[in-house]
Amino acid sequence: MANVLELKRIANDVRIGILDAVYNAKSGHPGGALSSADILTCLYFSELNVDPANPTMEDRDRFVLSKGHSCPAYYSVLAHKGFFPKSELVSFRHTTGLLQGHPDMKTIKGVDMSAGSLGQGFSVACGMALSAKISGKLYRTYCMIGDGESQEGQIWEATAFASHYQLDNLCLFIDNNGLQIDGKVKDVMNNMPYSTKFKAFGWHVINIDGHDMEQILNALDEARATKGKPTVIIAKTVKGKGVSFMENQVGWHGKAPNQEQYESAISELLANKAALGGN
Amino acid sequence: MADKIATREAYGNALAEFGSVYKDIVVLDADLAEATKTCIFKKKFPDRFFDCGIAENNMYCVAAGLATTGKIPFASTFAMFAAGRSYEQIRNSIGYPHLNVKICATHAGISVGEDGATHQCNEDIALMRTIPGMVVINPSDAVEAKAAVEAVIKYQGPAYLRFGRLPISIINDDPEYKFEIGKAIKLADGIDATIIANGMMVEEALIAREMLMADGISVAVINMHTVKPLDKEMLLAEAQQTGAIVTSEEHNVIGGLGSAVAEAVAEICPVPVVRHGIEDVFGKSGPAKELIEHYNLNARGIVEKVKQVIEMKLR
Repeated sequence: MANVLELKRIANDVRIGILDAVYNAKSGHPGGALSSADILTCLYFSELNVDPANPTMEDRDRFVLSKGHSCPAYYSVLAHKGFFPKSELVSFRHTTGLLQGHPDMKTIKGVDMSAGSLGQGFSVACGMALSAKISGKLYRTYCMIGDGESQEGQIWEATAFASHYQLDNLCLFIDNNGLQIDGKVKDVMNNMPYSTKFKAFGWHVINIDGHDMEQILNALDEARATKGKPTVIIAKTVKGKGVSFMENQVGWHGKAPNQEQYESAISELLANKAALGGN
Repeated sequence: MADKIATREAYGNALAEFGSVYKDIVVLDADLAEATKTCIFKKKFPDRFFDCGIAENNMYCVAAGLATTGKIPFASTFAMFAAGRSYEQIRNSIGYPHLNVKICATHAGISVGEDGATHQCNEDIALMRTIPGMVVINPSDAVEAKAAVEAVIKYQGPAYLRFGRLPISIINDDPEYKFEIGKAIKLADGIDATIIANGMMVEEALIAREMLMADGISVAVINMHTVKPLDKEMLLAEAQQTGAIVTSEEHNVIGGLGSAVAEAVAEICPVPVVRHGIEDVFGKSGPAKELIEHYNLNARGIVEKVKQVIEMKLR
């Protein structure tokens, strides 16, 4: 298990990978990728039992990125973990590249489920968790949805399903960055609060700061220890986190930086890297 | 001829039978187990049956998740809510990742009867066959329904199976009967035209053949149980042999078997094709047998189309 400082360093490198991917693609979704980067780093470098040398290992833990548009973060984490070369990141969204605009399990090592159409990946994760229950397997299933994504009705179908079948081997993250394409979640379609809704559905609910590594790790410990019900970790995050001019800006949901912006973002991340004592 | 039996009944029985052999089979339903007949499996294997409640979209994605871990999920509801409501879930979470999910839809077509248009799906084949890599099967009787279930268990990949509510005759009682995905079955030879049918229309096609014979018209009858992949070899042979084709299905004439056949024939051996089916209208309430007459989904309807296609051929 990586320590907190090490996780922070990896997450910073992951952010550089996100910028490289989106800048070179000239499209993609940097905002939600940056908001989810710390959680994804904790999952892959501390929590999940996965092996880059054996990506389809039968008893591996599963992860579904239901908010598939945040895949620059997912790909960057998988590349840093060693599932495929980091050099693939710059061909993200390219016709001849490996990395699709949304996750594709058929071609990308380490991706457990193709996703991108919002509302579906969470249900898929329920199926993975149910399968473990049926077979008496001990692997755990993790999933991440967005707060905007929770406007999809299917999210609440899955919420009921996981509780009904007592899927305590399932842990859901909500990347609660408060923004979606058309504006603030509370202005577009306010479906908050999430805590009381999930509690009412019979879930164990944990609220954390989604950029605080210790809080993320502690929440994962608590989820693992929770029996008889699934756990949701509602992670308050900042859209665009780590690149100051992107933070909390709706406009950076699905837009690539130009060269000047890219260079500015990278220099900020490199300065942070130096501050963290990275190489 | 044996007693009539609905293909949904054969489906439920087949699941329960094969469930003993294939331990990876898991069955999902959306509060319709009594109607889809997955209840027969549920009774025998309660630990491998999961009711998802009235939440089809979640069900098909749960099935996808099960499939990623090596299970063979059979997920059932009415055709309207499987192919219709959950089209996009099936397309993106089952079709795109090519997962081993068996979408088994019952109560297809107007033979649903009294429930009326909202529950009579005449568009499911059209929707499902546009999904790359999806196998689409519409069995013609209980024997074929069971054989199709076994075939899709052995097949690795997504498959859509269509079953009906109405009890229908057993027509595949030939001891030589063999089901193979994508291989049409020639039931009768003919000279003047070929009827290509599936589902409950196969029996009607055979009756139509008898009626036409009385008029001195000789038609071949093909059971095209698999709409995708379509048996183009058989189509080519028939187009060359009789030079006139009538398709017959309990489905909108747009997008289903008729369209699939017309598309293929146009490309491999253009001959006149006339489609028999639901003429691009919604269904209505009534006893199934009355609706079948109302929409002309019978041997008489096929006979008219055969006469029409022969006229076109001779023009």
